[in-house]
Amino acid sequence: METSTGVGADLPIRSDTDLMWVRQHVRQAAAQLGFGLVAQTKLVTAASELARNTLVHGGGGRMESAPLGQGRARGLRLSFHDEGPGIPDPERALTDGYTSGGGLGMGLGGARRLVHEFSIDSAPGRGTTVTVVSWAAAPPRPREES
Amino acid sequence: MNDGPYPHSAGQVPVLRLGDVLLVTVQGDLYDSTAQRLQDDIGAGVAAGGVTGVVIDISGVEVVDSFLARVLAEIAAGSALLAARTVVSGMRPAVAITLVELGLTLPGLETALDTEAALALLSRGTGGTFREPR
Repeated sequence: METSTGVGADLPIRSDTDLMWVRQHVRQAAAQLGFGLVAQTKLVTAASELARNTLVHGGGGRMESAPLGQGRARGLRLSFHDEGPGIPDPERALTDGYTSGGGLGMGLGGARRLVHEFSIDSAPGRGTTVTVVSWAAAPPRPREES
Repeated sequence: MNDGPYPHSAGQVPVLRLGDVLLVTVQGDLYDSTAQRLQDDIGAGVAAGGVTGVVIDISGVEVVDSFLARVLAEIAAGSALLAARTVVSGMRPAVAITLVELGLTLPGLETALDTEAALALLSRGTGGTFREPR
């Protein structure tokens, strides 16, 4: 197995420069794990959406990334955490067109479609953590139709 | 994306004027603020008069998220109100696939495969090249 040096990281999300760092890190980590070009682009785009949510709606936070291995499959887990106001109704926030203002309302729902696994943990006053997983090749489980 | 230690970026995207067309080539990853400044610059350029078309080449852009997509759509909508047509050229296939999956098909945005085709599209005028949004 190749080494995964540089795939694990804990990056701050405090400014739009940090958004660029996040995109660059995810691109390089995904490439290192053997993601194809389209898979890389999808994951970097999802990370950009989620990091922007962390910055704009959560008031800033962090992204942690970690490599995953399951059998021969290799994946990347990204976790976005903020201590902002939280999302009162996470299911509703995932609906296309739902927006708290300013955007196209495609960020969360769109990001979910770009990854293989997606989970959100949020409540008012408790901040928000969104965790996504993508696999370099065929995912270990069939992908859910959205 | 470049392999250097720092994200490749530019603080300002140059807006070139070629006759009655504004030509913009976006390279690499943009700060959000750079994208917004580009929108302002193009708006000012079109409003200054004599511009009938805007070509935005994004062949050097590896990621278009919903923020940048919205800026591109707003540039096109704003230019249309100022009597100029906007064509986005050179979108990478991986970016197109990602935008569709993201749910952003940008029906109001005209596209061309490269800058030359975009300029040809503009020089043919508005007749017959518009597709009605479904």
